[in-house]
Amino acid sequence: MIENRPYLAFMSHLVLIFGVAIVALPIWITFVAATHDEIRMLRAPIPMLPGGYFWENLKETLFGSGLESLQRVSVWRMLLNSLAMAMMISIGKIAISLISAFAIVYFKFPFRMGFFWMIFVTLMLPVEVRILPTFEVVASLGMLNSYWGLSVPLIASATATFMFRQVFLTIPDEMLESARIDGAGPLRFFWDILIPLSRTNIAALFVILFIYGWNQYLWPLLITTDDDMTTIVMSIKHMLEAAEVSPQWNIIMMTALLAMMPPVLVVVAMQKLFVQGLTETDK
Amino acid sequence: MLKRVHFPSSPLPYLLVAPQILITLVFFIWPASRAMYQSFLVEDSFGQSTEFVWLENFSYLLQNDLYLATFGRTMLFSAAVAILSMSFAVILAGFADRVIRGATLYRTLLIWPYAVAPVLAGALWVFMFNPTLGIFPYILEFVDYDWNHYLNGNQAMLLVILAAAWKQVAYNFLFYLAAMQSIPRSLIEAAAIDGAGPIYRFRTLIFPLISPTTFFLLVINAIYAFFDTFGIVHAITQGGPAGSTTILVYKVFNDGFIGLDLGSSAAQSVILMFLVIVMTVIQFRYVEKRVEY
Repeated sequence: MIENRPYLAFMSHLVLIFGVAIVALPIWITFVAATHDEIRMLRAPIPMLPGGYFWENLKETLFGSGLESLQRVSVWRMLLNSLAMAMMISIGKIAISLISAFAIVYFKFPFRMGFFWMIFVTLMLPVEVRILPTFEVVASLGMLNSYWGLSVPLIASATATFMFRQVFLTIPDEMLESARIDGAGPLRFFWDILIPLSRTNIAALFVILFIYGWNQYLWPLLITTDDDMTTIVMSIKHMLEAAEVSPQWNIIMMTALLAMMPPVLVVVAMQKLFVQGLTETDK
Repeated sequence: MLKRVHFPSSPLPYLLVAPQILITLVFFIWPASRAMYQSFLVEDSFGQSTEFVWLENFSYLLQNDLYLATFGRTMLFSAAVAILSMSFAVILAGFADRVIRGATLYRTLLIWPYAVAPVLAGALWVFMFNPTLGIFPYILEFVDYDWNHYLNGNQAMLLVILAAAWKQVAYNFLFYLAAMQSIPRSLIEAAAIDGAGPIYRFRTLIFPLISPTTFFLLVINAIYAFFDTFGIVHAITQGGPAGSTTILVYKVFNDGFIGLDLGSSAAQSVILMFLVIVMTVIQFRYVEKRVEY
């Protein structure tokens, strides 16, 4: 506290509450829309206070037929696909970044810097700028409509490799010296010393990558043509299109809520790790 | 770079970098070179023959009014998203920095839109502004303002900007708050003792001290607006009406996958790649060093 200005303190809270309200407004409206029945959601103005149909809508979305004009796959299946993709991307990224950072920091071998720059280049090539040729590669490898196709092309990561490199560089050299005196080989050292020492970094990175993986949109849109491989995030787009024919906004908004719930819960529940991950990777 | 104490050379390090390098080669470097190569080709309308045309695709693009308009529109879009979300975030962070009780609670309540997928953010905003049902067109009707982003290009652009900025507020807020909290309290106290009021202190002390963060966030927001907003545009307007919300990333997708104009799409990808490289270099060269005063 610098100085005592009760009015300013009051003002601060007022502005912050106002800010929170603006930020939360779209979600509030979504939530309210998911708690009314179909008929009510067709009459303007749409309600601003929750109605009593939350559980019915949830049951309808999860176990019922879902959107009438769009009987493709169950919401369960789409949530499962999203979870599989997010987990494969985040675990894959962490695993291959860990071992390549280990190789680059702890081994002296020819072309070490060459490999390092090759990994660095991936930073400059987001999916969005190389979609068409990457799509062709995935198609020619026969990975369309598969979990492999959804996740593997997104797995290479310069940021994660840099971060682990940074973490490894701060680990004192004496660790390795004593480990070697005790007769530990490289893999033993990696598994028993490096991994436990970078546990929080791994967790922080996992939070960020899980969100990244879950929220992928353009890539799954391109490489999945089979309805069984649809992710929940993708399905929203189909639903918005279907809304022009049969506007079941209650079901659409309930699906949207389900789609954003897992990453939002991860952020809120693991806020400390999330903030750490965000500032460490700077992206 | 390398540890002073390290393991001797053996086949092991090659095995360790192999997965990452393999994926980089197959899914990054090879497609990027393909894009580079394709950008020099023109395919006839039936896909029968291709012709090597050097830089014709690029010169065509750079003289094409439609492409230049898209370029300008993307710049405007990124600037608007960055300014809107950063100024909103800096104001909130400034007040949150003052609050003693509940700062963490406010932070929790402000950061979660980061986790919402762009396409979902688009869906939420398009629902709020739905011309027949949405709450905002309903309110705007009272002041006799007709909202229909399916017909009015400026309104569509505004809606896309709002949705994109909304999603990015969380990130900007987090970094601004961290920057403000890392300013030594003694500095601010000294200014307060000298009689500087809160607004004067913010203007002459806090804001200059967080300028490295502002610069860093400008770059990050530009990258975000350029590349991560595909889902928002796709959900809200699909580039319309009449191309008024088509940004560069959307155009690459549209020309390549919908229009099947491979040469032009590849040339656009190459231009985008060049832009990413420039932004990444700026980020690394200047942001790492931080701004000096």
